Amino acid sequence: MDATPRGLKILTWITVGLFALASYAVLVYAPREAVMGDVQRVFYFHVAAGWVGALAFLVAVIVGIAYLITKQRRWDTVGLASIEIGVVFTLINIVTGSVWARPIWNTWWTWDPRLVTATVMELVYVAYLMLRQGIDDPDRRARFGAVYAIIGFLSVPLTFLSIRIFRTIHPVVIGSNDPGAEGTFDMTAKMFQAFMFSLVTFTFIYATLLWHRIRLQHLADRVEQEKVRLLAG
Amino acid sequence: MAERAARRRRRLGGYLRAIGAVIWKDLAAELRSRELLGAMLVFALLVVLIFNFALELDVRSRATITSGVLWVTFTFAGTLGLNRSMAVEKDRGCLDGLLLAPVDRSAIYFGKTAANLIFLLIVAGVVVPLYSLLYNTNLLVPGLLAVIVLGCLGYIVVGTLLASMAVQARTRDILLPILLFPVVLPVLVAAIKATNGFLQGLEMADIWPWLNLLIVYDVVFTAAAFMLFDFVVEE
Amino acid sequence: MIEVRKLVKSFGLKPVLRGLELLVEPGEFLALLGPNGAGKTTLLRILSSLARPNAGLVRIAGHTLPGEAAAVRGKLGVVSHLPLLYGDLTAEENLRFYSRMYDLEGVERRVAEALELVGLRQRRRDLVREFSRGMQQRLAIGRAMLHDPEVLLFDEPYTGLDQEAAQMLDGLLRQVAGRGRTVVMTSHDLLRSASLATRLDILSRGVIARSLDPGSMQPGELAALYQQVTHG
Repeated sequence: MDATPRGLKILTWITVGLFALASYAVLVYAPREAVMGDVQRVFYFHVAAGWVGALAFLVAVIVGIAYLITKQRRWDTVGLASIEIGVVFTLINIVTGSVWARPIWNTWWTWDPRLVTATVMELVYVAYLMLRQGIDDPDRRARFGAVYAIIGFLSVPLTFLSIRIFRTIHPVVIGSNDPGAEGTFDMTAKMFQAFMFSLVTFTFIYATLLWHRIRLQHLADRVEQEKVRLLAG
Repeated sequence: MAERAARRRRRLGGYLRAIGAVIWKDLAAELRSRELLGAMLVFALLVVLIFNFALELDVRSRATITSGVLWVTFTFAGTLGLNRSMAVEKDRGCLDGLLLAPVDRSAIYFGKTAANLIFLLIVAGVVVPLYSLLYNTNLLVPGLLAVIVLGCLGYIVVGTLLASMAVQARTRDILLPILLFPVVLPVLVAAIKATNGFLQGLEMADIWPWLNLLIVYDVVFTAAAFMLFDFVVEE
Repeated sequence: MIEVRKLVKSFGLKPVLRGLELLVEPGEFLALLGPNGAGKTTLLRILSSLARPNAGLVRIAGHTLPGEAAAVRGKLGVVSHLPLLYGDLTAEENLRFYSRMYDLEGVERRVAEALELVGLRQRRRDLVREFSRGMQQRLAIGRAMLHDPEVLLFDEPYTGLDQEAAQMLDGLLRQVAGRGRTVVMTSHDLLRSASLATRLDILSRGVIARSLDPGSMQPGELAALYQQVTHG
């Protein structure tokens, strides 16, 4: 079996390092927010996770289209890997969003367009994985996955719009605070640095996990091929 | 030059004829067995009844939830219809029969979509007046009828495409709602809000954004589904 | 009439057809034999334009697949082991539907002729779901003949038929194969294939392993040779 390629090993170490630095930046370097206090620190990883969720979806759609055009299996592998990562990070996004909302608005859930959209995106991800699971033929699995990813991707912005319109016409009072605030705050320079650094770090995490996952799939494929060859006799 | 134009016209005629044939076939088969419509109607009425018992309300508050109840009903009944409509094609291999015809795949898609839409509209046509009667609310408002058509259209356009995938999976029956509902949310929200707007006699300015969203959704997804259907049926 | 070169088809990572070559002359009746999973149905699906190969060339009646698929479909009649018929419609409604899908002229005439050909004129107003398996198969052949195709593809047409129905199908196949049509039929039944076909090809391990002339062989020879090719 092949050993982990050098590039991947280096990337993994870089990512681990970045994550350590980012954790420091978020927990120590960034100043304490005046109004919300320490819970605001969740925001950095919350947005970064959301960013990865969206990026993962975008990548999945692009490679999905590539698969439909070229019918090459590797595009499907990338798509599946991306969606799997997207599921996890969108979930992180939703949970951290909830954790952040609780002390601010005294509620675990809010009909904020972004939060609802993230949840719907998560449901689309899960549906994608369930669709794949229910199909035995690998080519059909790849095709259907690509088609659903595209349909899902088109619907998410429209879902966001629909909740947005809902909010402007029927403003919902959340808890006892002004909903217009939506937990916004002014970012100081240090906060901004921590924020950007988190984004970069999470992007690295995404790329590393993606590479590992793709590699895993290739190894699994090799095993499958050997099995077929052995059985054919 | 003229010959090519004539050939193109002939091919268009054949294309439209194929769509018409698929619609006619679905309607005729349904007229015979009445399984699909029967199931959808009974289910829809049960849902309406259950909702109204569960949300025991006085006349005033009922006005605000009517649109929600109606659209949830259509959503669930619609899923039933879509599943059955595509299962027919899959089980007896009929989809292959359709694919063997020398006509563009999209004709099959448009034919099935149109037939499914007709079925759902028939269900709506029964449920809406019945709801009006049972609960003494006048639902026969012109704007509302437009919303029903636009909303059902968006739902069926995506539903037909996803159903043709779901029906080929092992987990066929539960898969369609799981695939469909997250994607069809904009239609639901917009349709419920627009319906509510018309029922409560709100200003058109308040209702327009919802109608716009419905139209945008319908256009985007008709185009997308029409292009993607080929990939679903071609092996 | 049918030309296949270096045909490759895999399901995911499992290869099914491995560089298959086939040439069928106009008017030939080819029976394709082979064990389960050899790829007979896969090959037929590719020939009928329902599936696309991973690599290789397929030409039917002068048109290439998959590029000119629509042109090919107009010249193909396909009968598979699934009926491809709508149970809730009558026999003649089914035929009428397919006539319209094929955009044919003279729909009523064709429907009547097809029903006559397969001996189902009496049952034309009956629902297909009330038909026996044999009758459904006959109607399926009628369906395949509506547009008077040059090439006929049959995938295990005798599946599920009793003796009487099978014999009726024999007669029908002989009749239908006449008039210069090219026929490809997959089958398990060695003897039957030998009596109907002008040529027997054995599909084994993803390629055509042997091509035989049934007229020149004894039945016993045939069975032995088949065993040898598929298990050797």
